[in-house]
Amino acid sequence: MSADVTLEDVREELEREPEEVLDLAPVYRIIESHREMKGMLIPILQEVQQVYGYVPEEAANLAADLMGIYRSQVFGVLTFYTQFHLTPRGRHIIRACSGTACHVRGGKTVINRLETVLGIGHGETTEDRFASFEKVACLGACGLAPVIMIDNDAHGQLDPLKTDRIIEALKEMDSMRRAD
Amino acid sequence: MKILTRNVGQPNPAHIDSYLVNEGYMALPRVLREMSPEDVIDEIKISRLRGRGGAGFPAGMKWDFASRDRRTPKHIICNADEGEPGTFKDRVIIEYDPHALLEGMAIAGYAVGATRGFIYIRGEYPEGARILERAIRQAEARSFLGRNILNSGFDFVITVHRGAGAYICGEETALIESLEGKRGQSRIRPPFPVNVGYRNLPTVVNNVETLANVAPIILRGGSWYAGIGIAECPGTKLFSISGNVEKPGVYELPMGVPLRELIFEHAGGITGGRNFKAAFPGGASSGCLDASELDVRMDFNSLAAAGTMLGSGAVVVLDETADMVKAACVFTRFFEHESCGKCTPCREGVYWVRQIMENILQGRGSEADLDLLLDICDSIRTTSFCGLGEASVNPIVSTIKKFRDEYLAYIHAGSQERTALGEAS
Ligand SMILES: Cc1cc2nc3c(=O)[nH]c(=O)nc-3n(C[C@H](O)[C@H](O)[C@H](O)COP(=O)(O)O)c2cc1C
Ligand code: SF4
Ligand code: FES
Repeated sequence: MSADVTLEDVREELEREPEEVLDLAPVYRIIESHREMKGMLIPILQEVQQVYGYVPEEAANLAADLMGIYRSQVFGVLTFYTQFHLTPRGRHIIRACSGTACHVRGGKTVINRLETVLGIGHGETTEDRFASFEKVACLGACGLAPVIMIDNDAHGQLDPLKTDRIIEALKEMDSMRRAD
Repeated sequence: MKILTRNVGQPNPAHIDSYLVNEGYMALPRVLREMSPEDVIDEIKISRLRGRGGAGFPAGMKWDFASRDRRTPKHIICNADEGEPGTFKDRVIIEYDPHALLEGMAIAGYAVGATRGFIYIRGEYPEGARILERAIRQAEARSFLGRNILNSGFDFVITVHRGAGAYICGEETALIESLEGKRGQSRIRPPFPVNVGYRNLPTVVNNVETLANVAPIILRGGSWYAGIGIAECPGTKLFSISGNVEKPGVYELPMGVPLRELIFEHAGGITGGRNFKAAFPGGASSGCLDASELDVRMDFNSLAAAGTMLGSGAVVVLDETADMVKAACVFTRFFEHESCGKCTPCREGVYWVRQIMENILQGRGSEADLDLLLDICDSIRTTSFCGLGEASVNPIVSTIKKFRDEYLAYIHAGSQERTALGEAS
């Protein structure tokens, strides 16, 4: 017979880093800045995501409570739109187009290369939180096919080689920023 | 003839000063000083301007309906969701001529008696949203927007709303739900938004390109506009052309330009000198055209007569090396992902259609699957709650009809492989 809780468990529990407490002040600030709240749920959640990089559950619950609407309503909205994220994401969001116009111009080779150099697939985030990767339907820049978007910038007419260079430049920028 | 792209290529085109030198904000003062709302609506009716968002509904008639409804406040919504795969033309107006859009919205507001406008822009255009916000501030500073515009007593305030990633929010009733802070699921129509729209009040939803045509029509007159292109759908049209062409991009051409001219004269022909195989003339939602149909005219009526549609004018061109079954499957995956889930034919039907398509692609299909596909597609088309489900089957139905041999090649290759492996079916 084995004990339900071993000494080992207790030791682990004691040694574990205290969990980071989420600072919810920004949520209060965002809600307060919207005087007319009716219909403003989506912009409010977009601002919350801007602050945290994703929408933490506590922040979503607080927003619901402050707005006087059901939490389920907020989660219904959060899960409907693809641009909301409920878990932490990378410092950079890399979106690759898998639409037809990009597909027929070699989009697949760009996607394959991205998955290889990043080491992650659709919807995943690298372990060091450098980047998250998503395949999307069409970025509305089909004239530049094949296209990817890094954060807010579109990069077009790509091939695997150019893709490598863009990711390298992004990594360099990222490590410089983090060194600051 | 350049109406919508006249400011492309100017230095700093999005700035209000660049707009002002080229007849910018000349129509709005004229409207406010010399025209009654009825005059404006009449002028738009005379122009026979038809909506550029996909359905081609006459803009003057839409405004008329909204103006007759006496309940207030009314709203003008600019649909800048531009989600149809292959479409990137509204982006050109937003980035190069945002003031043309704002001026058109203000005139629409005056015509129907609306005091508030929204621009619903897709989340993938963050730069576009910033350009629009900057343009709104510039226009407000010169009293072309805001309270008591040009001392006329007319108020019109515009807010930019960023989409959060859902193709269905391009559908006007889903867009309104989304603006109200809800999941973007379509509403039953009728009642139409002109009567029961944003917060259940009269609302005009117009596409970016539709609204950008308004100021030039007011300045030069409806009959000038009605004389461009072809009689039933006059004006110029922005075509987004992409895929296997030498010069993909946005081209402003008269409505009714033949597809052949668009591809071979304007877009530089097929890449690498290869042969044309097919084109989807209205993005993922449209049925394809094959090489025998290259002379079709690109306008609402001609394409409808050819069994497909102009939609937003997103022409996706495929060359002889393209795999039509795969192309149709890419579009189907898109619709499966974007189905809002409200009605069963679309939510479940498109899922099953995609499964069957993947089966065929993996060599596990049979000829009977083609009949099954057409049967399910027919149910989806006729019983879906909104236009997404209805149009989702077009790529499959049209490719089965026009490129059946490519489906059969997958099916026969698969069955031969199975026979060779000794598991003949
Ligand atoms: C699934 C679906 C997606 C649509 N997406 C768009 C869009 O991205 N932009 C747009 O202007 N219209 C879109 N529409 C058409 C709108 O519902 C509406 O007809 C249009 O915005 C009206 O403006 P118009 O009369 O100026 O064309 C879509 C329709 C459907 C059914
Ligand atoms: S057809 Fe599709 S998108 Fe439209 S209401 Fe039904 S499930 Fe939603
Ligand atoms: S298909 Fe790739 S951006 Fe439109």
